[in-house]
Amino acid sequence: MLANGKLVIESSAESRFLVNREVFVSEDILKLEREKIFNRSWIYAGHSSEISKPGDFRSRLAAGRPIIFCRDTQGEVRVHINSCRHRGAMVCREREGNTRGFYCFYHGWTFNNDGTLRSVPGADSYGDKFDKSLLGLVPVPRLESYRDFWFVNFDINARPLIDDLAGAKEYIDIIVEQSPSGQMEIISGTQEYEIKANWKLLVENSVDDYHLLSTHITWMNYMSHSGVNMKRNKGALLPMQGRGKDLGNGHLVIDNPNYRGRPVAAWISIYGEDAKADIANMRAELAARLGEDRARRVADTNRNLAIFPNLVLNDGSSVTVRNFWPVAPDRIKVTAWCLGPIEETQEQRARRLHAFLTFYGPGSFATPDDVAALESAQAGYASWQEVTHNDLSRGMGKALPDQLDTDEEHIRVFWRRWSELMETQS
Amino acid sequence: MSALETSVKLRHEIEDFFFHEAELLDDWALDDWLNLLTEDASYFVPPTDKPRASHLDTLFIIADDILRLRERVLRLKDPACHVEYPPSRTRRFISNVRVNVDGDFIDARANFIVYRNRRGGDIRMFTGEYRNRLVRINGELKILERRAILDVEELGALGMVSFIL
Repeated sequence: MLANGKLVIESSAESRFLVNREVFVSEDILKLEREKIFNRSWIYAGHSSEISKPGDFRSRLAAGRPIIFCRDTQGEVRVHINSCRHRGAMVCREREGNTRGFYCFYHGWTFNNDGTLRSVPGADSYGDKFDKSLLGLVPVPRLESYRDFWFVNFDINARPLIDDLAGAKEYIDIIVEQSPSGQMEIISGTQEYEIKANWKLLVENSVDDYHLLSTHITWMNYMSHSGVNMKRNKGALLPMQGRGKDLGNGHLVIDNPNYRGRPVAAWISIYGEDAKADIANMRAELAARLGEDRARRVADTNRNLAIFPNLVLNDGSSVTVRNFWPVAPDRIKVTAWCLGPIEETQEQRARRLHAFLTFYGPGSFATPDDVAALESAQAGYASWQEVTHNDLSRGMGKALPDQLDTDEEHIRVFWRRWSELMETQS
Repeated sequence: MSALETSVKLRHEIEDFFFHEAELLDDWALDDWLNLLTEDASYFVPPTDKPRASHLDTLFIIADDILRLRERVLRLKDPACHVEYPPSRTRRFISNVRVNVDGDFIDARANFIVYRNRRGGDIRMFTGEYRNRLVRINGELKILERRAILDVEELGALGMVSFIL
């Protein structure tokens, strides 16, 4: 079974799904991933709310490239590659701000916020053929958005974002429907940290509910101490079980009944008695706007959505937007934000942020233990030549609708897509 | 006592308080450390891109009220707190102590370097500033608000802030 040399091995007959651990340690594989996955997939660049006014900009990385995500003076969203056309220096070194243009301090070339080249000191030395209109900041090959989430693609021939997102669109819709006006915003404050592990482990971990009971027992204890009902049925891994689902094109989700509280809109004791009426009002607003069935999905279910390859939207204790990039086979750069409805009152916003910090982020009660688990796995893979494969067989042999969030069918969805792209010729 | 003597004496007292707190934290005497806090204390680590913001409208790294802070200590003492098991060895250096009296409150600031050591040569250095608000309760200094502001632009290779900074 292991002799065919493939990195991902699936055998329905034996109900086994194996991933060769070389994929977590190899420089060659990372090089191939950059070429075949990151250079051809839709990569998250930012959210409309981060650049709400003309002239607003954010500088960051997308698939390793320095980019400027901005709104030009005319109000159009743009993504420029943050590198001067002359000799390459970055033309924007601030994290964020509002500007009419970008200035390269090296030799003084100046660009408008729409990317066009405005001025070049001593332009007369370039002669007659010098054409400023050809020397603007280079735009990313493709820039498209869905419900205020902006993505770039470095492959000019990529299929449209809207087609690529496939079934993920509906889950983005459900997240956005928390807002009465359908407008969510990235809340101020960014969590940026590194994990000493392979990026694919973070994809797996972000949608893995099998690990909760062992990795996050201290978080569960905190919830119990705070009066949240964390009781499990005999033999059950979690207080309530959800489902893992394939959304197409490598996107996947775990779709879970809520037991852990939701700022919109399921009260738990940690929010305090004062919040009860407020949350009931939010719940009623959802039902009036969306109907009871849809309101139930928005308010009473959680979802961890993985958008292939490197964006995760976790809509549970709050909403986190988590984007990541492998700087090395064993190192991930993670950027995470909190997302919330623009209509939130001060109290609602504070409640959302408090809830977020319990579970998500580098100072929370859960993420640090995830990171410890990933780093521990990565350390284990130094033995990849002796202990050759990871096992992702949970749930194999069961019908698709029966795949639980604690099974691994949805994680296999990621690996099948990964494998398909990695095996593409040219 | 002259004004100068009063201020030197107060700074000396605050410095000793910082040093005592550092010792408790480095010794993982976390229950004793909790005793230095008021019953309504809070503990903040602001985000590295918005170090001066408020936790009410900005996503922090840590923004604990006393309830969650007590739970944090319970968690840190539990071997199932995997990221801190075995516990990190930490060593704090505290300097540049500045004190400002504001009515019943004492605003105490200090620079810090915290080294965090784990197996495998994993040494991380956290530098920044403590901005603490202290009060006297029955004559004893207590921490009402504790804010550890990091200098780094992003956490980056520092990774998690999983011990009490």
